[in-house]
Amino acid sequence: MNWVMLIILCVSGPAWAGEARPLTDDPVAEARLKHLAVELRCLVCQNQTLADSSAPLAEDLRREVREMIAKNMSDQEIIEFLVSRYGDFVLYRPPLKATTTLLWVGPFALMAIGATALVITLRRRSRTMVEVSVTDEEHRRVEQLLAEGEKRS
Amino acid sequence: MIPEIGHFALILALCVALVQGILPIYGAAVGNSGLMAVAKPAARTQFLLVLTAFGCLAYAFADKDFSVLYVAATSNSQLPLHYRLAAIWGAHEGSLLLWTFILTIWMFAVTLFSSHLPEATRSRILGVMGLVSVGFLLFMLSVSNPFERLIPAAPDGRDLNPLLQDPGMVIHPPMLYMGYVGFSVAFAFAIAALLGGNLDAAWARWSRPWTTVAWCFLTVGIAMGSGWAYYELGWGGWWFWDPVENASFMPWLAGTALVHSLAVTDKRGGFKVWTVLLAIMAFSLSLLGTFLVRSGVLTSVHAFATDPKRGLFILVFLAIVIGGSLALYAWRAPKVGLGGSFAMLSREGMLLANNVLLVAAMGSVLLGTLYPLFLDALDLGKISVGPPYFDSVFVPLMVPAIFLMGIGPLAQWKKASVPDLAKRLKWAFGVSLVSALTLPIVLGNWTPLLSLGLLLAIWIVTTSAVGLRERLAHVNGNSLVERLASVPRSYWGMLVAHCGIAVFIVGVTMVKGFETEKDVRMNVGETASIGDYTFRFDGTQDVVGPNYTAARGTFHVSRDGRETTVLYPEKRRYPVQNQIMTEAAIDPGLLRDLYVSLGEPIDDGAWSVRLYHKPFIDWIWGGCFIMALGGALAISDRRYRLAWRKQEPAVPTPTRAARRKVA
Amino acid sequence: MNRFLLPLSIFVVVVGFLGIGLTLNPREIPSPLVGKAIPDFSQPQLYDRAKVLSPADLKGKVWLLNFWASWCNGCKTEHPVLMELAKSGEVPIYGMDYKDQQDEAMTWLRRWGNPYPIVGVDEAGRVGINFGVYGVPETYVIDKQGVIRYKQIGPLTPDTVAKKIIPLVKQLESE
Repeated sequence: MNWVMLIILCVSGPAWAGEARPLTDDPVAEARLKHLAVELRCLVCQNQTLADSSAPLAEDLRREVREMIAKNMSDQEIIEFLVSRYGDFVLYRPPLKATTTLLWVGPFALMAIGATALVITLRRRSRTMVEVSVTDEEHRRVEQLLAEGEKRS
Repeated sequence: MIPEIGHFALILALCVALVQGILPIYGAAVGNSGLMAVAKPAARTQFLLVLTAFGCLAYAFADKDFSVLYVAATSNSQLPLHYRLAAIWGAHEGSLLLWTFILTIWMFAVTLFSSHLPEATRSRILGVMGLVSVGFLLFMLSVSNPFERLIPAAPDGRDLNPLLQDPGMVIHPPMLYMGYVGFSVAFAFAIAALLGGNLDAAWARWSRPWTTVAWCFLTVGIAMGSGWAYYELGWGGWWFWDPVENASFMPWLAGTALVHSLAVTDKRGGFKVWTVLLAIMAFSLSLLGTFLVRSGVLTSVHAFATDPKRGLFILVFLAIVIGGSLALYAWRAPKVGLGGSFAMLSREGMLLANNVLLVAAMGSVLLGTLYPLFLDALDLGKISVGPPYFDSVFVPLMVPAIFLMGIGPLAQWKKASVPDLAKRLKWAFGVSLVSALTLPIVLGNWTPLLSLGLLLAIWIVTTSAVGLRERLAHVNGNSLVERLASVPRSYWGMLVAHCGIAVFIVGVTMVKGFETEKDVRMNVGETASIGDYTFRFDGTQDVVGPNYTAARGTFHVSRDGRETTVLYPEKRRYPVQNQIMTEAAIDPGLLRDLYVSLGEPIDDGAWSVRLYHKPFIDWIWGGCFIMALGGALAISDRRYRLAWRKQEPAVPTPTRAARRKVA
Repeated sequence: MNRFLLPLSIFVVVVGFLGIGLTLNPREIPSPLVGKAIPDFSQPQLYDRAKVLSPADLKGKVWLLNFWASWCNGCKTEHPVLMELAKSGEVPIYGMDYKDQQDEAMTWLRRWGNPYPIVGVDEAGRVGINFGVYGVPETYVIDKQGVIRYKQIGPLTPDTVAKKIIPLVKQLESE
């Protein structure tokens, strides 16, 4: 019977071809690498992540990170490793420290300042304001200007 | 010969621009009609001259004239014609010529559609645009001449970067520049108003269509850039908060704020000073973007080849134009009268709040983009600011803005009542909340961000529906169709644009929540599945393109046993620059994109392959196009067409004759 | 009046920074290792695989560590400067052949001259990563205690050598 099976297997061809193997042997580690590498900068590229770059240094660094993952180092330890060698430049998420406080707080400060300025301006205005909206007189003037403009051009 | 004609045309254009920039503004200041009348013919002449120059450069590219340095640097004899022409804006010098050309197009448009403006205003507008043009022409003629000769001529060109050899390249920069440069019109209107010391409601009504058109182009331009990056770069991403991307997004944010602010100034006479400032800001950000992209100050994949001399020129130009306008603002704005008063809780208040949030968002993007530079300049170290920062910061600022987007259109002008609003909106809120909480569970994955995104999108749609229903109830007409038809186009424009944002949010939320990716090694005949789809790799074959050779893979895609499509990703080699490019194959769909890209060949015919399943990703760009459509609808409103139709009233013949004599 | 001057003031500050930015290089990454102990390594020597190059052996000396490769163009530019410096005897320069082929490295040195008393081999680039190397050539100045005192990114020029390296070395020698 075996030779019948053999013939069937050979003849079936592509319909039988198997499921493709994942590119890496350890998908869990690879997922961790991806998770880290998208927040790390490729140091020799023009603004690309470590995950996307095909530069030789990027491949070396990915290899390093894989080895650190295999050694069961935590995300924080891996980041520490890279920062101690390349500085904060390698991180796409700027760490919160004295020099980056303005950066992280800035947007919310802007929102708060804007909102405060808005409220204060409106309050001040409603106290000192006289009714000034587009009056009929101004509408008439607009019409007049429109007509005049045509005459001149 | 032809390049020299082009060069000469630019020199003449500079002279005309100087005349256009100085005389009409002076004429408007002293009331000299003759000087003011110079503006229109000067603008039209400048358009013709720059068109000539542009045509000469196009000819040099079409003719493969490698004695022109710029052509030799960005083109090649094997490059197909359409890319040779797109190469005109493929590098710094040519893109500047495109910028200037588009500026003259807008100038020409202003001369055509401004007959209803008072002469002084029109002269000032064209004068300001002329001055901007002087800057760009001077820049080109001094340090960035596209017509510089290469002697002896190169035997062949260095070729256009393969990444740019793509249809996206043909459309994206022109669309983008139409937007950037279009804001110069709103800018010129604002400066003209400040110079004239007269900011009445008419100014806002005149500015609005120009600003909205520019905004539409910019929206489309940015969307195309993003879509192009998605399919061209091969990593499935569509926005990286790269400095150059931010350089286009900041004017868009300011422009969106401006469009809303102008609506209020037009209808209610309020926000006049703020609107003027926004108009200045929007164009200033366009110019700042030009600087950032070409000066080498920031690192970016998109940056043009850098040269500190060029950077310095643009910086000085920036300082003069923006510094000058802001100084004019500081001087003249206090004299402008305040608009009407209104309560904090009113449609005006909400629109102002929307402005505050948009400007805060723009400020945040600017802060993040320039922060590494700030720290480096102060010698405080080198950092990188990338997508994790921008995503963390941008979303919290936009969430309240989008929430307000639902309430604002329903709020009354001047003073709205909270209980009234709450009553009208409660079912919309209820429906949105419930759907947002339950949909992700139904779809298979619940995260707070996913719910939040869906909440915002559904909120926009439900509140728009409520608003429309209320509007229809107050409108005359017997049948539904009649009543729908009588709703003004500007209202439809708003509705459509807002729903465009909802569509965009759905796209972003669903892609981020549900996209899957697989990296596999595939031998011929092997299959891999992602989502509900099965991909079968049927090997590669060698193909030859006009200026490249490639290995083209064949992937049969099926779902539930039925074949869906066949995809042909390629790995191309462009011999001139010896660059390898990955051309991903994408099957776009309304509900998902299937994306295949070839990695590297492994032994005996096998390849590493990356597969993506990206649900709803086309809603991202679809949403942007819908937004732009909304803008276009708004401009096509009757009111604007009436204004133009008014240009031909019955004018008695003696006056007409007299007019002709003066002109 | 002052709140109308605010946009202009902010703009002036931004322009100031942009102007300074024109003089900076956004792609240069300063090293966080300056002022810290040299990362340890023990790499085989290029000309004698049985022996190693290690910073422990060089304690008590002031020395330079130069990362280079035969495939690197900047290294070719820098090489005459290194030869001069080696000839002057001011400071020993030890080489680290980074991600290179041994025979190509030896050929390269034979052709252009060998300023290094010892050349270490970093074939995988791991030592480079430990030093925060992101391109070649890069040169480090190490003091007697084994602390990195200066990093030169990119090729050394006669100017840099005269103005920065030699004075620093002299100062470190006297410590």
